[in-house]
Amino acid sequence: MTTQTNENNIIIQANDLSIYYGSFRAVKNVNLGIQRNKITAIIGPSGCGKSTVLRAFNRMNDFVQSAHNDGKILFHGQDIYAPEVDPVQVRQMIGMVFQKPNPFPKSIYENIAWGARINGYKGNMDELVENTLQAAALWDEVKDNLKKSALALSGGQQQRLCIARALAVKPEIILMDEPCSALDPIATLKIEDLMRELSVKYSIIIVTHNMQQAARASDLTAFFTMDEDRAGLMVEYGETSQIFTRPKDKRTEDYITGRFG
Amino acid sequence: MISDPFAATEHNRVASGLSRRHRTGKIWQAIFFSATVIGLVALVALLWTVLDKSFSYVAIEYKVDPATLSSKPLQELTNAELVNLLEANLSKNRFRTLDRKQTLTERTHADLLTLIYDNIVEPRALASYSMSQWIASSQEIRAEVAEKYPDAKLEFRAWINGDFLIDPLSGDPLLVGVRTALMGSLFLILITIAVAFPVGVGSAIYLEEYADKNKWYNRIIQTNIDNLAGVPSIVYGILGLAIFVRTLAPLTSGALFGNADANGRTILSAGLTMALLILPVLIINSQEAIRAVPNSLRQASYGLGATKWQTIWNHVLPQALPGILTGTILAVSRAIGETAPLIIVGAATFITSDPTGPFSKFTALPIQIYNWTTRPQEVYRNIAAAGILVLLISLLTLNAAAILLRNRFSRQHA
Repeated sequence: MTTQTNENNIIIQANDLSIYYGSFRAVKNVNLGIQRNKITAIIGPSGCGKSTVLRAFNRMNDFVQSAHNDGKILFHGQDIYAPEVDPVQVRQMIGMVFQKPNPFPKSIYENIAWGARINGYKGNMDELVENTLQAAALWDEVKDNLKKSALALSGGQQQRLCIARALAVKPEIILMDEPCSALDPIATLKIEDLMRELSVKYSIIIVTHNMQQAARASDLTAFFTMDEDRAGLMVEYGETSQIFTRPKDKRTEDYITGRFG
Repeated sequence: MISDPFAATEHNRVASGLSRRHRTGKIWQAIFFSATVIGLVALVALLWTVLDKSFSYVAIEYKVDPATLSSKPLQELTNAELVNLLEANLSKNRFRTLDRKQTLTERTHADLLTLIYDNIVEPRALASYSMSQWIASSQEIRAEVAEKYPDAKLEFRAWINGDFLIDPLSGDPLLVGVRTALMGSLFLILITIAVAFPVGVGSAIYLEEYADKNKWYNRIIQTNIDNLAGVPSIVYGILGLAIFVRTLAPLTSGALFGNADANGRTILSAGLTMALLILPVLIINSQEAIRAVPNSLRQASYGLGATKWQTIWNHVLPQALPGILTGTILAVSRAIGETAPLIIVGAATFITSDPTGPFSKFTALPIQIYNWTTRPQEVYRNIAAAGILVLLISLLTLNAAAILLRNRFSRQHA
């Protein structure tokens, strides 16, 4: 089922990944290789385990007490679920942006600086804040009031601040869990433009409900759906243009043409 | 009645029973409003009784009328004149005894005045009439006092006054002050907060952030804490007596630290007992506050590669702090007014020296109020009322301080 266009360019690879909540298998046998410096979209109907897979990539599922995995996720050739791996380190290397903007109830400056500081950043903090805010296309809007509370920003600005915050800890991969679902169309477009700019330096995996968004903004698309036993599985994975114009699987075609989901 | 613009259609007011539905709503609103009014009336009645009793007309009998002692009011006399007055009106022996205790000429003006009142004037309160009684029937009261106590003078007296606050306890109702008890209460609360706050917040953090709620022992701990919050305070008093006063006597009496008196009935024992008493409430309130911190905040922190402790310390606790402080205010307010455990743990009902440290003997405001209300003389009602006012005011002051502190924190994190 895996489509691996270029084996050397894979940054993170799920091998035969199954995720369980207690005895319920939420996702089964996913083989997914994410390519470096590409935007990979994960689409599919509600409840098919898209977010669960995304959260498995930086071990955020650890906080769900009943969650456990089968299979491996290889990052730099290392299984991130191996006992010798510290999940804290994994999350620093693989950042995350959440569905609802969740800036810290602190100043804009402090939102960015905090993550860098706890991860032992020793350089010039002002410079880092400016650079990351610029990278997140937010600098011009907030440069005059960095001391202002982040909660005073608009939803779209907050989400870009959350992206900037993730960039400040220097990750290699950024996971985005429906980052635009709480935003208006203009803010959504800004985030999509930003993703395109960021993909030069980072690899991005985005879960989205919005098929137009996946078609517009991603390089590769993975389509997930549910089995009869409600376990999520990956149906098809390939170039976005191919998935949306010449899907190989009937189920993918039904979904993207709106006959299902 | 509003006219119905849709009367002709099938959705008219009568058919849909709209008037009846609105009426039901109005009735419930009235019920809830009257519930609030009942509460308010009770509160006003309480405050009125206390205030009414705090100011009264007292029939006082003097052994020597202060007006006959000197041509000027006593307050305006110099120290030397006061000493002369003492010498002129006291027996030689009594005067010498007083002088030996502390040389009279070196004493303060207020001290000398007290001596004159205690030893020469010797006022005695015979009857007391509250403000409302006085306003309703001042003529009858005058007549009654003139008949029953021909030598007594009827004087207005505010029982809550500066002297009441700064004087120590006394056997004489006209000279009694509340300082010893107030200091005792403040000391007690200080120890209670110092012990209960860190322990309570610590337990709440463990139970909310670390404990695996599926494990049977954590569930037992949680259930026990919830139930302990409802245990009567007297039971905590008995517990405090057994543990702090008796078993840990060497520690709580200060014997281990070179204190000669090896009696565990100290302010430290009482403070520890109070801390134990408010601990369950404090833990439950802090847990609520920690639980109210949105999970998205924790995830944001973890997503940046923060450890659990960094997440708790930098995000969860600052966000929960206003709620934790509110819970602490409620718990401490309960401790301030608590009487039963203090009686068991051994608060003194009569003590004239202020607490000087954790190993002091002590008394507290509620103990004194309770003690005063059990006295038969009418004037002690007034003193108790004044004591209640002092208790209420110190409670409000403490709460106001805590609320200010809380608001500062919530502003910082808004």
